[in-house]
Amino acid sequence: MSDIRTQDIAFVREEILDQQPPPRSQLGVAKWLRENLFSNWFNGLLTIVSIVVLFMVLSSVLPWVFGGVWDAGSLAECRDILNERFGNTHYACWAVITERWQQLIFGFYPETEYWRAIVAFVLMLVAIMPVLFDNLPRKLLWVTIAFPFLMVWLVWGGTIWGPLSVAVGFVIGGIAFSIIDRRYSSIIALIAAVLITIVWWLFIGPSVVEGLNALIPLGELKRVESRELGGFMICLIIGISGIALSLPIGIVLALGRQSDLFIVKMICVGFIEFIRGVPLITLLFTASLILNYFLPPNTTFDLTLRVIIMVTLFASAYMAEVIRGGLAALPKGQYEAADALGLDYWKAQRLVIMPQALKISIPGIVNTFIGLFKDTTLVMFIGIFDMLALSNAIRANSEWNGIYWELFVFIGLIFWVCCFAMSQYSQWLERKLRTDHR
Amino acid sequence: MSLAEQRSIDRTQMKVSDEIAIQITNMNKWYGEFHVLRDINLTVHRGERIVIAGPSGSGKSTMIRCINRLEEHQQGKIIVDGTELSSDLKNVDKIRSEVGMCFQHFNLFPHLTILENCTLAPMWVRKTPKKEAEEIAMHFLEKVKIPEQAGKYPGQLSGGQQQRVAIARSLCMKPRIMLFDEPTSALDPEMIKEVLDTMIELAEEGMTMLCVTHEMGFARQVANRVIFMDQGQIVEQNEPEEFFNNPKSERTKLFLSQILGH
Amino acid sequence: MTTITDPQQDGGFRLSQLIYDTRYRSTTIQVIALIAFLMIIAFLIRNTVINLGILGKDINFSFLGTASNYDINQRLIPYDSADSHFRAAMVGLLNTLLVAVLGCILATIIGIIAGVLRLSKNWLTAKIMAVYVESFRNIPVLLWILAFMAIFTEMDRQPKSFRGENAQNSMWLWDSVAVTNRGTYIPAPVWEANSSLVVITFLLSLLGIWAFGKYSMRRFQATGELLPNFWIKLGIFVVPTLVVYFLLGRPVGMELPELKGFNFAGGTFMRNSMLALWLALSFYTGAFIAEIVRSGILAISSGQSEASAALGMRPSRTMNLVILPQALRVIIPPLISQYLNLTKNSSLALAVGYTDLRSTLGGTTLNTTGRELECMLLMMLLYLLVSLTISSGMNFYNKSVKLKER
Repeated sequence: MSDIRTQDIAFVREEILDQQPPPRSQLGVAKWLRENLFSNWFNGLLTIVSIVVLFMVLSSVLPWVFGGVWDAGSLAECRDILNERFGNTHYACWAVITERWQQLIFGFYPETEYWRAIVAFVLMLVAIMPVLFDNLPRKLLWVTIAFPFLMVWLVWGGTIWGPLSVAVGFVIGGIAFSIIDRRYSSIIALIAAVLITIVWWLFIGPSVVEGLNALIPLGELKRVESRELGGFMICLIIGISGIALSLPIGIVLALGRQSDLFIVKMICVGFIEFIRGVPLITLLFTASLILNYFLPPNTTFDLTLRVIIMVTLFASAYMAEVIRGGLAALPKGQYEAADALGLDYWKAQRLVIMPQALKISIPGIVNTFIGLFKDTTLVMFIGIFDMLALSNAIRANSEWNGIYWELFVFIGLIFWVCCFAMSQYSQWLERKLRTDHR
Repeated sequence: MSLAEQRSIDRTQMKVSDEIAIQITNMNKWYGEFHVLRDINLTVHRGERIVIAGPSGSGKSTMIRCINRLEEHQQGKIIVDGTELSSDLKNVDKIRSEVGMCFQHFNLFPHLTILENCTLAPMWVRKTPKKEAEEIAMHFLEKVKIPEQAGKYPGQLSGGQQQRVAIARSLCMKPRIMLFDEPTSALDPEMIKEVLDTMIELAEEGMTMLCVTHEMGFARQVANRVIFMDQGQIVEQNEPEEFFNNPKSERTKLFLSQILGH
Repeated sequence: MTTITDPQQDGGFRLSQLIYDTRYRSTTIQVIALIAFLMIIAFLIRNTVINLGILGKDINFSFLGTASNYDINQRLIPYDSADSHFRAAMVGLLNTLLVAVLGCILATIIGIIAGVLRLSKNWLTAKIMAVYVESFRNIPVLLWILAFMAIFTEMDRQPKSFRGENAQNSMWLWDSVAVTNRGTYIPAPVWEANSSLVVITFLLSLLGIWAFGKYSMRRFQATGELLPNFWIKLGIFVVPTLVVYFLLGRPVGMELPELKGFNFAGGTFMRNSMLALWLALSFYTGAFIAEIVRSGILAISSGQSEASAALGMRPSRTMNLVILPQALRVIIPPLISQYLNLTKNSSLALAVGYTDLRSTLGGTTLNTTGRELECMLLMMLLYLLVSLTISSGMNFYNKSVKLKER
């Protein structure tokens, strides 16, 4: 039986068929249109509705944008020009941006010192790059480490000794930790290192700085008060400091929440859930209205710093949840392998777990940052002049009374560019992590 | 399985001394209500190669994981290299740094290169200077025959290579005992051999080895004792020849017929 | 056997065991953590007590019972300035909840539509939705709230412009909705005698739909026959209520807004502040929900729909029985956390002057009584209560749908 069947179905191809072009209906613009716009009646309806909507929006927005006036001293002047040119005022008055953009970006920062803010901004970009792209030379990380201190010095002015002394505090703490860690347990080393650092910051550092300031006032820059900061700059400062400072706190909270120690876990969960349960605005009001109640009597420090503290606490709760996600994504085997090699808890965390968990968490961290960055606009409610508050201030000015959309578009565009770029980065990284060698 | 045909093994070198490496007495362990390990008694002499077999869920992995305290036992005594595993963390750290372990899924650290994987523990646990640690690492990487991969990341290696790196990583701590937890069961068939060869070499050098595996060929060839576990108990233990050719217990017979039957 | 070190046998308890012995280690760390935590708390409380002492204040919640002496223009429950601060706070809380609930509903509708359309095969629609999502997601919600407010207040629709024979502006939807720059007037329902019967009929027909669903399912399982469920349910939904409505002589009427003098009267008045807040929050959150819906649908691998198709199921059944049950598991948790965000963002009412919880308790009450600590504390607790309620709902849901896995 099988013999006959085999002969029947046996087949050998002797010539290879050439490629044929597909039928006409499967080619070109027509195909694209049919598939993407008119594949069925519903799709066609959607297309028509979309075109109508698009036309209505663009026909009113485009002339408004491109017919706008770029050069005028006030809204009234603007309208005069427009009336003259078009006979009506349905066009933008971009003049407000040409006149006030510096204020929107830098707030009330002294004009002669703009270069400092710009240098700080460029440094920030350089400092962030090696964190975001791991194929850059690792030496750039030194810029990242130095950046916070340089930024404080550049933005607020004074001599370089102040920020340097804070940095020295970290170095002393680090050295103390590694020395004690070698002899005794990590916990003791950690506690001791923190204590030594605090002692340096509170008691020794300030007097050293004073002495050095008097002796060699190195890199003395004109002092700028916090209330002179504003605009886009203050959003960046608050956003970046908040996210950078919240990282270590977030790590500690995440580890605490993951731990088996009931009390530690409860404290961390309580903190995280509390912060995540209340709106940021209540925390900002806390910073401006009642934070002083909780501090030792007669300590006053400026509002910007108080806001940064609150924003940091706020961000750290969200950061903790992001990092917890990263920790949960690590296979259990990594913990076991670290244990089996004899690494203790802290070494395992530092050398094996955290480097991996943080890497997985970067997209989440970036998303947290986008959220935080957008939320920095809320500081307008407590008297800090961010871009939105400045737009109100500009509008309160008699020259620009009644101007809304030009300012909103400008501010919105700045935020959009920053946030969109970051969200694209985080999506790119997510794709990359998914395909990376694991 | 006929590894012996491919490779002649000098069994005479694998000497077993009288010194006791591991002693487990009356060990019990529960997961909640479930009694996973029931009254385990086991003495391992230095230089012994022990293969632990048994159906899945029989507690064999749990048992060897108790030896370096990845799992905590609740009753009985485990003495490893003269140190009792108790709640004292110092003892636990000491034992862990002297007992090497290889896992089913290798568990290499994916963010570190092969070389860094191997030097991590010597540097941070043994406080070996970096240069020395790297020399040791290269020595063992040569031994597992992949020194050329030292600069790569684990994700760039095949499964078999990864497992050999994992063995090298353990060896860098100069362990006196090696534990293997199903080292070949996550590997493709053609990679199993290269890992087993490495393990055989290790055995020839007189390493004390406890190995949970389903590779019965390896057991026949290298082990000087085979332990059969079922339902959390040691059911039978014997020399490989006797174990395979003349199993005593019904459960052992059933198990052997199932895994050797095809 | 060489040495055996057993801490229990040689020399009893040593101090180093507190750190190195797993039996005591966790207790040691927890005690240290607890002490540190209590010390911080004590430090804060001590400072607060001293600072209050310096200012001559105390902590006292009795102000909540005293008359508030201020008015709230937007209220869901009766309130006037003689009522207590506590009642004012409750009015504010209800306003917060009102805008939150309305916002969640609208945001969900917008989000689902935008999310589904973004996945549609129609290139143009998908792109437009992508532009919507990306522009709303990447611009602060506060800016959106201000922008929506500006749209309402700056539009050229003063109530008086509706007057006269050839008025500049006119009402919409058959003269039932008046959108003006002072606010929007919509028809208000008027409940006449017997109107309760209509409501009862409607509720009963909802019950009927549920009962029919049960019956139809049982019939399907017993006989394998399917009834045209959708049409029958629609019938039960509409027909009885309408019949009763007309039989009783249309007892539920509409009060339409009417132009009286220079302003509208009658109907329900929706303030611009509320509309702006509501729409801005909805569109902003809707953009996030659109992304959640989209990724939820994408997360269900095409293998699932292929498997379902291979079993011979029609696309609509595949959607209902295979894709949606799985997609909802992915969608609902982040959806609820978006609801949470929306509720918290409603505190930005401050920007437009909508009287929410922050504006009453954390605003006027705080300023007139000068009790910052008490007001802030109470306000945070109320917000926390709302958030925890929402998130515990989510946890409950998560537990109930968790896939059973080994």
